[in-house]
Amino acid sequence: MSHLEKVFETTDLLLRTEHSLCPGCGEPVALRTILELIGELGLRERTICVAGIGCYTAFPMIMDVDVLQALHGRAPSVATGVKRVRPDAFVFTMQGDGDMVSEGLQEVLHAAARGEKFTAVVFNNAVFGETGGHMTATTVLGQHTKTTIGGRDRERHGNPIRIAELIAQLDGSAYVARAAVHTPSGIKLARQYLHDAFRTQLDGKGFSLVEILTMCPTDWFVPPDQGPAFLERNLVPIYPLGVIKQ
Amino acid sequence: MSERALMEGSAAMAESAVRAGCRFYAGYPITPSTEILEYMSVRLPEVGGTCMNAESEIEAIGMVWGAAGCGVRSMIASTGQGISLMQESFAELANAQIPIVAVNMCRGQADYFQATRGGGHGDYRFIVLAPASAQEAVDLAQLAFHLADEWRNPVMIMGDFLLSHTSELVEFPAAAFPEPSAKPWAVTGANGRRGITLSPLGPPEKLSTDIAAALGAATAKHAAIRAAEARAETAHLDDAELVVVAFGFPGRFARYAVRLARERGLRVGFVRPISLWPFPRDVIATAAQRARAVAVFELNAGQMIEDVELAVRGRVPVHAIGGISHDHSGFGVGPLLNVDYILERIEAVYAA
Repeated sequence: MSHLEKVFETTDLLLRTEHSLCPGCGEPVALRTILELIGELGLRERTICVAGIGCYTAFPMIMDVDVLQALHGRAPSVATGVKRVRPDAFVFTMQGDGDMVSEGLQEVLHAAARGEKFTAVVFNNAVFGETGGHMTATTVLGQHTKTTIGGRDRERHGNPIRIAELIAQLDGSAYVARAAVHTPSGIKLARQYLHDAFRTQLDGKGFSLVEILTMCPTDWFVPPDQGPAFLERNLVPIYPLGVIKQ
Repeated sequence: MSERALMEGSAAMAESAVRAGCRFYAGYPITPSTEILEYMSVRLPEVGGTCMNAESEIEAIGMVWGAAGCGVRSMIASTGQGISLMQESFAELANAQIPIVAVNMCRGQADYFQATRGGGHGDYRFIVLAPASAQEAVDLAQLAFHLADEWRNPVMIMGDFLLSHTSELVEFPAAAFPEPSAKPWAVTGANGRRGITLSPLGPPEKLSTDIAAALGAATAKHAAIRAAEARAETAHLDDAELVVVAFGFPGRFARYAVRLARERGLRVGFVRPISLWPFPRDVIATAAQRARAVAVFELNAGQMIEDVELAVRGRVPVHAIGGISHDHSGFGVGPLLNVDYILERIEAVYAA
């Protein structure tokens, strides 16, 4: 019997149960990164997460922190109410691209302009995942969805929105960055950006946003192992990675 | 210690809310509810509270959702049009059992259905209170926060243009209700305990997927609320051959018309539902057992009359004696809100 050394374990804040997410989904690794940071920064007991509606709505029940479930698109206003009455709480929102950029664009713009001191996290997979693969405001040109069968067309369907750049323009935003979780180095950068965004909040500097590009092979209609390559090829050119404002 | 002041109904209600412990308000200006936002923007910071100039009604109710979800007594106000925009959140606040107080300073009385049936989805109900005066607005604001916390259910206060803008002498009572009990359901940060989820979609316990139980808990209390919280003002029901039913500020006009009718020797009684949901069904059913007709005065095309008919259950005829009535502003102080007119309609129904 050889000696077994533990080289990896997930955070206790991620509760173990069966899950309903698809093979190759990028959201779980993003969630794990967030929860690991909360644990490491000692924020668990003052964390209030405000969750939107999407595939990640399955997450609150496996996150050992307090979660306030919001309606589709509405997490920024709900988080505003939370942070205003509990300024000492660590507050972050968790939305998808459909939730933040399609349904709730006005909400996040106003929250950023007001300089609300919470951290907005958006998982951008450029598609409505939970409904089964429909066009969102961030679907890239040429991308095939069930409602853009021949690919998103500029004339017929309009252009994708770069939410991070939009938020960075507003005076109330203090930290804005875009990461992707399709490679180990990408996950490491996502972790760095999330950390810096969380610090921005803890230092009371203003609104912070981290956009995380996540894989959705199911609704990109590619095999699970081709999700990362699809993301690199189709999303990264439109949504460049890096710190946009700090 | 109680205190007296001459105040508009809107400001009086807002002051009463602050005295009831309201510490968060979010609003978007809309006539005739704007004075509540104006008042709160000055008053709440004085007591360490927060008033937000929300950029839309949808964001306003989201902000109130967040504050109330943290266990802070929170209020929102608008008029029917703005209330329409909040309906998705209203439905889910009730499902999540998050107590808030929502005020509708209605144009006319056109929003009875909106208030009592709701424009949102699902099985939810709001407790709905309809003050007829600035003093009653003060008293019902206290009651509203108490009921919201006691039942963990949103409460609506339904006023109108006249209530909002009429200055009357009001008395603020000394502590009307006991301090609210602890709120273990609120999100506070998981300090010394497992995290919770406060959601309209499922139970608070982590790893639980029993959605039916959560939604069942949010609606199981409806029967108890119906039994405990129906309220009405009544007059002259002992010998009433005709029962006049009216609510809110226009109810005062109807009550005066009933008094004039009695001075003319007509046996007319009066019921003013103070709670629109739960509707004071038993009061009206009992009154209708003795009467030969019921007349409903309301400033809309006929909404509360359906609840009156449900209470009367066909025993006697139910007549509509109100109607849509607006001045040129559209805010609902139209020609039908006139004691002579109401008296004329009462006499006509009485003679029939």
